[in-house]
Amino acid sequence: MSRTLSRKKLVLTGNYASAYAALHSRVEIVAAYPITPQTTIVEKLDEFIETGKLDAIMVRVDSEHSAMGASIGASAAGARTYTATSSHGLFYMYENIWWAANARLPIVATYVTRTIAPPWNIWTDHQDFYTLRDAGWIIFMAKNAQEAYDLTIQAFKIAEDPEVRLPVGIAYDAFLISHTAEPVEMLNQDEADEFLPDPRNILPLLDPEHPYSVGNLPTAEQHYLLRKNMWDCMEASKKKIYDIGGEYTELSGRNYLKFIDCYKCEDADTLLVSIGAMAGEGMNAVDILRKEGYKVGHMAPRLIRPFPEEELIEISKNVGKIVVLSRGMSTGKGGILKDDITSALYKHKLRDIEVYDVIAGLAGMEVSDLDFIKVYKDVEAGKIDSKDVRFIRGEKYV
Amino acid sequence: MVEVLYPIASPKEGSAGITGNWRWQKPIIIYEKCTKCGLCWLYCPEPSFYLDEEGYPHIKYEWCKGCGICVHECPVDAMKLVSEYE
Repeated sequence: MSRTLSRKKLVLTGNYASAYAALHSRVEIVAAYPITPQTTIVEKLDEFIETGKLDAIMVRVDSEHSAMGASIGASAAGARTYTATSSHGLFYMYENIWWAANARLPIVATYVTRTIAPPWNIWTDHQDFYTLRDAGWIIFMAKNAQEAYDLTIQAFKIAEDPEVRLPVGIAYDAFLISHTAEPVEMLNQDEADEFLPDPRNILPLLDPEHPYSVGNLPTAEQHYLLRKNMWDCMEASKKKIYDIGGEYTELSGRNYLKFIDCYKCEDADTLLVSIGAMAGEGMNAVDILRKEGYKVGHMAPRLIRPFPEEELIEISKNVGKIVVLSRGMSTGKGGILKDDITSALYKHKLRDIEVYDVIAGLAGMEVSDLDFIKVYKDVEAGKIDSKDVRFIRGEKYV
Repeated sequence: MVEVLYPIASPKEGSAGITGNWRWQKPIIIYEKCTKCGLCWLYCPEPSFYLDEEGYPHIKYEWCKGCGICVHECPVDAMKLVSEYE
């Protein structure tokens, strides 16, 4: 109890919360290139290094491609490695994002979501983040600064697990979370040290005593086995993520037993779904709608890959309608989050649930509780068909 | 328990298979002219040369891709490229 009381609670932006999490995780190498809205994470880490709080090397690189390249080298040598980027930086890094996963390197990265140009735009949009889905990274979406801190600490433990060895990305919305300050309770350093494994135990792929080349030409069969192994480890990581989440819950007192955050779902007929900063508005909308007598709930998946299907099925099995607000689209197909949900429902034979596809908050358009309420009421009134893709512009602008 | 597979390889002769069958022309050593300088052995990118006890070079045709660098580098014209198909 005394340890809990001794914990520091600071008012931090999402970016500073991430930097503190990297500090408390005792990262050894940070390689990053500045891009709004990520920059203040690595600026803060640089400050920690320059003032002697963090014993790490900041590799100042010439681009995001090099940032991930340096991270790959450092992680392959067995260092605890962290980087962060956004938007075009993520896309510039993209080739190496795949290399990091295929090489099974336990890199942890923060991806602050930001709109893709043209035209230039620094506001939030999950389009950049969704491109990580298939890359072999374990990816989380945080709803607030506290989650950004908590998930980053857990990420190192998940990534470095000898049975997982996949990189982990933590994403959150530009400005709404990255630059908005809120109270964040942090672990004491000795608690973080106890929770996380010793970074010296990270298996290095590059070892002068036992020279190997990484990523050399294999046969098709060898390569197939490597790819299949990524699938198997990603599947096996689910249990690890829940175990580590349970351990962190016990330590922190905050709930990471589940990776879909449910709000008033128990007796709901209809569920609203969104991830990231929008989820707060969705929960507000639920409160308002509940007062009006509607049986509605909200769920916000925090874990996107591996997708927590079993949890989704458990939550959804008694509902009639699910309304998914995606802040990113597969152009010519529909909302990206919606596809993950419909395919899971279909696979698990929950095929009578009507799923509504709503694309909201593109290019940083504000999404408010009014939007959730409007969409919900349109669905209830039969004004949206499950075959439609409904774009919402933001009730505050109409 | 799933065991993680890593895309790593330890150096080993012929680990990429019989690359010699990529070759369409073949380097040949004319031993009468050879001065045992070893440049062919040094420059071979594969490397597909080895030197015997007397210092004479020999070619491992299982791995030689026929690039011709050895022929180009030989300072005494003790090597030539011949067609694989003649």
